[in-house]
Amino acid sequence: MAILVGADTRLVVQGITGREGSFHATRNRDYGTDVVAGVTPGKAGQEVNGIPVFDTVADAVRERGANTAMVFVPPRFAADAIYEAVDSGVGTVICITEGIPAHDMLQLYPYVRARGATLLGPNCPGALSPGAANVGIIPAQVFGHGRIGLVSRSGTLTYQIGKELADAGLGNSTIVGIGGDPIVGLSFIDVLERFEADPETDLVVMVGEIGGDEEEKAAAYIGEHMSTPVVAYIAGFQAPPGKTMGHAGAIISGSAGTAQAKKEALEGRGVRVGRSPTEAAQLAAEAFAQLG
Amino acid sequence: MDLYEYQGKQLFSRFGIPVSDGQVVDTPEEAREAAERLGAPVMVKAQVLTGGRGKAGGIKGPASPDEAEAHARAILGMDINGHVARRVWLERASDIEREYYCSITFDRGAKKTLVMLTTAGGIDIEEVASETPERIARVHVDPLTGFQPFHARRLCYAAGIPAEEMRQAADILARAYRAYVETDAMLVEINPLIVTPGGELRALDSKYTVDDNALYKHPDIAAMRDLEALDEQERMARERGVTYVKLDGTVGIIGNGAGLVMSTLDVVAGAGGTPANFLDVGGGAQADEIVTAMEVLLSDSKVRAVLFNVFGGITRCDEVARGVLTALERLDVEVPIVVRLDGTNDVEGRAILAEAAPPNLHVAETMLGAAEQVVALAGAS
Repeated sequence: MAILVGADTRLVVQGITGREGSFHATRNRDYGTDVVAGVTPGKAGQEVNGIPVFDTVADAVRERGANTAMVFVPPRFAADAIYEAVDSGVGTVICITEGIPAHDMLQLYPYVRARGATLLGPNCPGALSPGAANVGIIPAQVFGHGRIGLVSRSGTLTYQIGKELADAGLGNSTIVGIGGDPIVGLSFIDVLERFEADPETDLVVMVGEIGGDEEEKAAAYIGEHMSTPVVAYIAGFQAPPGKTMGHAGAIISGSAGTAQAKKEALEGRGVRVGRSPTEAAQLAAEAFAQLG
Repeated sequence: MDLYEYQGKQLFSRFGIPVSDGQVVDTPEEAREAAERLGAPVMVKAQVLTGGRGKAGGIKGPASPDEAEAHARAILGMDINGHVARRVWLERASDIEREYYCSITFDRGAKKTLVMLTTAGGIDIEEVASETPERIARVHVDPLTGFQPFHARRLCYAAGIPAEEMRQAADILARAYRAYVETDAMLVEINPLIVTPGGELRALDSKYTVDDNALYKHPDIAAMRDLEALDEQERMARERGVTYVKLDGTVGIIGNGAGLVMSTLDVVAGAGGTPANFLDVGGGAQADEIVTAMEVLLSDSKVRAVLFNVFGGITRCDEVARGVLTALERLDVEVPIVVRLDGTNDVEGRAILAEAAPPNLHVAETMLGAAEQVVALAGAS
C-alpha cells in the first residue's frame, strides 16, 4: 500500500531521452518500478533500454495505461510538461527538475488542484516505497522496507536520515522528498495526512530545515489531527542569519523561521526533535519500540 | 536576486509607480553635482542589501549640495551590518504627512500571491504585524484572474485609506502587481509609501527581489547583479557555480545539498568544532567542481581541517573521490582532510581513495564519526 508510489504505479517518464532522464528511468525500472513509457516529442517509436518512447503523454496513457508521470525535462519546459501530464489524465506527477521559475509554478498549481491531480515537487528527489516502486533519484539501496514514513524538504539529508534509520534497524513504508522551492505541490501537511491514513505506516519521521513556516504549520497539524506518532529533525541551527529583504515574509508567517523556532513549535506539540540525524534515528527507534 | 533601492526604483519608474527624482553616484564629488542638478534639498541614502540603514547612520539629509558631498563622503565605505556602502542614492527630499506600507509576495502556505496594505507603514511595520495584525489588509490573488480593481478596492477599504487617496493607492497597487508578474519578482515591497502634505502618494523606498530561476527571461535585470558586493571567495564560488557562505570558524565544510550541508554544520558544532563556512557543491557535481570548491574553501586561511560529507543520489561518489584527489594534486593542501562518502557508487569512491591513500586524507565511516575526527584534527593541527 504505502503512499504516492507503489505496486500500482504505471510510470511515464517525460524527458526520457535526456542524460539524467534515461539514467534514472532505467534505474527506477531496474529497481522494480513499472516504467511503462517515456515521452520525448519527435522520438516516438524509439526505445530507451527497452522502455517504449511516445511523442505525447496522451499517447503513453492511451497505449500503456500510464497513471504516474515523472518530469525530467529542462526548467524552461517543465511547467508545460506538468500541464501536459495533468491534461492527459495522469493522477500523480512527480517533478524532479530544478530551477523552474516560481511564477510558472504559481500559475500551474491551481490547475493541478482543480483537476484533482497530485503534484510532488518540483526540485525534489521523488518518492520511494521500498520493495514496491522508486520514482525519482533517491538511492534505493540505502533504504529497507519497514513501517516508518519519512518526509523531508531536502534531498541528500533525506538519504542521511534513511541511512541512520537503517543502521538503527528500521525500514520505511515510503520516503517522500517534497522539495524546497517557494511553490511546491504537496507540502508537509499533505504528506502527513497521507501517512496518517496509511495502514502500513506506524511512525513518521519529518525532516525540516530553516526558512518559511511549513514546519510550524505541520506542528499544529500533528497536534490536532494525527494519532500516528511523529519524530522530527531540523537542520540549520548553525546557519548564518539570512539577510531577509523586506518584511513581507515575517508578516505572513509571524515566525522567525529559525531552527530553534521550529524545534520549539514541534516540541510544543509533543514531537521529539533530534539534535543530529543520528539522534533523530535513535528517537525514532525508541518511539517505534514503544509501539510494541 | 535582491535589488538595491535605486534599482528597484528604476523598475518602479518603468511601471509608472511614482518615485522622487534622484540619481545614484559613487563619489562625493558626483554627489555634489547630483544635488546641484536636482536643485532642492536632497536625501543621501547608502545603497546596501540589508535593512536597518537609517539606524546605522546610512541615511542623511535633507542636505544642500555642500552637505550632500560631506554626507556621501561619510557614507561611502561605511559598513552597515556587514555590507559596505559603495554607492549612494540622492533624491529630492520629500515632505511626509503619513507613511503607508504595501507589498506583493508569495504566500508559500497558500501557494498564492498575497498583496498587503496598511496605513501603519514605516520602520515599525513588524511590530504592527505582531501587535495589531488587523491593521494590515491582505488579499490573495488567483493567477487566473490577476489583480482586478476589486482587489484594490477591498484592500483600500479594509486598510482605511481615505477616500480622496483611493484612486492613487489602487493605481499604485495595480502597477506594483504588474511589475511583480512581468519581472518574475518574489517580492515587491514599498515601505514607506508616503503621503505628502499635498495628498500625493509616492514610493520612498523599495525592496525588490527577482527570482534567480527566471533571470533568463530578463537579461536587463540580470545585468543589475552586483558581483563586487560579494567578498572574494563568494565571488569566486558564484562564478564557478557552487554556493559558499563564509563563517568564522576553523573547520572547512563541503557537502552536496543545502540540507545535508546545514546538518553537517550543526553536527560539527555539536562535536565541539566551529564551522568555517557553508559550501554546497549541488547535485551531480563532477570532479572539476570539487576542485573549485576546495580552492574556494582553502582561500580562507583560518581553515585548519576540512570535512567532505557527501551522500550520493544524483551525485556519484567515484566522481567526488577523483575530484578530491585532483584537488590534492593541483592545490597545495597542507591541512588534514576527512572524507565521508555514502550513496551512489560509494564503494567505488572509497576504493579510489584507499588506493591513492595520500598522507593527509582520512576516510570516515559515518557522518558523526567524521565530524568528531575533523574537530579533533582542527584542534590538533
